[in-house]
Amino acid sequence: MPEIRTETMTVNMGPQHPSTHGVLRLVLELDGEVIQSVMPTIGYLHTGIEKTAEQKKWQQVIPLVERMDYLAAQSNSLAYALSVEKLLGLEMPQRVNDIRVLIAELQRLASHLIWLGTHAMEIGAVSMLFYAIRERELLLNINELIAGFRFFPSYIRIGGLREDLPRGFHETVNEFLDRFPTKMDEFERLLTKNDIFRRRTEGVGVISLDNAYQWGLVGPIARAAGSDYDVRKYFPYCGYESYNFTVPTATEGDVYARYRVRIAEMRQSINLCRQAIARISPTGVWACDDTRVVPPPKDKVYTEMEALIQHFLIYSQGFTVPAGDAYVPIEGPRGEHGCYIVSDGSNRPWRVKMRAPSFMAIQAIPFIVQNGLIADLVAVIGSTDVVMGDCDR
Amino acid sequence: MEAAAIIDILQPLVPGAVFEPGKSVDFATIYVPADRLIETSRALRDAPALEFKVLAEVTAADYLPREPRYEVVYHLLSVSKRMRLRLKVRVPSEGSLPTVQGVWRGAGWPEREVWDMFGIVFDDHADLRRLLMPEDWEGHPARKDYPVQIRKAAQTYEPLEVSEEEFRANIERDRVKRHRV
Repeated sequence: MPEIRTETMTVNMGPQHPSTHGVLRLVLELDGEVIQSVMPTIGYLHTGIEKTAEQKKWQQVIPLVERMDYLAAQSNSLAYALSVEKLLGLEMPQRVNDIRVLIAELQRLASHLIWLGTHAMEIGAVSMLFYAIRERELLLNINELIAGFRFFPSYIRIGGLREDLPRGFHETVNEFLDRFPTKMDEFERLLTKNDIFRRRTEGVGVISLDNAYQWGLVGPIARAAGSDYDVRKYFPYCGYESYNFTVPTATEGDVYARYRVRIAEMRQSINLCRQAIARISPTGVWACDDTRVVPPPKDKVYTEMEALIQHFLIYSQGFTVPAGDAYVPIEGPRGEHGCYIVSDGSNRPWRVKMRAPSFMAIQAIPFIVQNGLIADLVAVIGSTDVVMGDCDR
Repeated sequence: MEAAAIIDILQPLVPGAVFEPGKSVDFATIYVPADRLIETSRALRDAPALEFKVLAEVTAADYLPREPRYEVVYHLLSVSKRMRLRLKVRVPSEGSLPTVQGVWRGAGWPEREVWDMFGIVFDDHADLRRLLMPEDWEGHPARKDYPVQIRKAAQTYEPLEVSEEEFRANIERDRVKRHRV
């Protein structure tokens, strides 16, 4: 009998593939259905935001960084604002911190809903996407309420927030928080004990904690492998230390564990939102009282000369930030979001660099899927929850 | 932990190296000489009092016209000790520094990005190619002397022209290959 000749096959997946979450291109080397190697190619969504930011005044960078991770826009701007405030030495009033916590947690819910919908859809549960998007729509409505913009509200500013909360904000948020837990139960009834879903995800794409740390992965991927590292607990910001919540973890490190960790995180986020909205008064301060950064209130601008000058200076020249550098990490939906900023003491940043969790996750994908099946690759990409805007910046 | 305390732990592990605490507003910053970077990184990762097991990111900043021109910045995280640390390496223009891929595997792409954006060479890097920019891009965009807006002619490729003889030859060669075994 003649010897059967075998050779590996090279397959191009992406950059326009429905399960690559944007424009990720993977060059796969396959032996039958088994993956021999994966070479990710990124950069299709590189827009030079970090370079552009160097030409803008400090406050003008906020809308730019929000467009990096477009599914978690406000966690980018929060990381950036906290870093600049660190250099300026600003302390936020309690109410501003509480509103920021609320917004960050609503953003986490919105981002996790997209993850849940697309991840489940990619491994066969198509209807999941519609249920998840339906709930996310309500969160986008809240964004529209606070800023008139659904995706990139730019509501978080250096020195506080853009303006006070609108009328009807508490009712809208409370309505959502009352409705959402039952929807979470619905999602879980569809997936958590679903036999098909579990067979596609259990034992697939396993990464151990040591390897996760080696590859620089923190956030939900490391927590699914047994880490309890959560920036909100380890390096609290915005007063997270005064909130009562737990950090969900799992030990298996597979796709299903990552699913359970994120689902539990969503329930914790609801819990955090409830605590935050209870603390926030309907009206009150929405910025710190530092006159370098925050323009004076309008009634003073119209009546006092100094206030008018200050208002004019802030909007024409911007403000200066003391020379130095700062990096304040926050717990974004995908892991540690952090913004490294360098100032030379002028009114424009010298360097802005966002630490992108998706970037590190895509780097580790070849390691996670090695010797796995090609169908598992789709499950792994979904479970790492990568966003190419975050990765390529 | 303060930068001075970390240097005290490092000094016996990396004898002879000159560490310098840096100014910072958030957490400890240490300047490391480029030729002792790998030993220092390994000591930071393995010393029981430090355990910086996670390299959160690698980035750089261009301080043109100052010399040494670049600072490469490493953000480290110690989960067990609840600490963060910023390592800085001064790199002159046309200079290079060693890769820390052997210490933290995740350093590969961030270092590639720094090379792509700043043109800072990481010696012995396994795969130092363009990452975010196209493979045939000229220049390193994040440098301060790189213009913000430049006009470049769009790259176009001539349509593939194959004569009939070449086409037949190609098919023939392919057929030979397929029947060879």
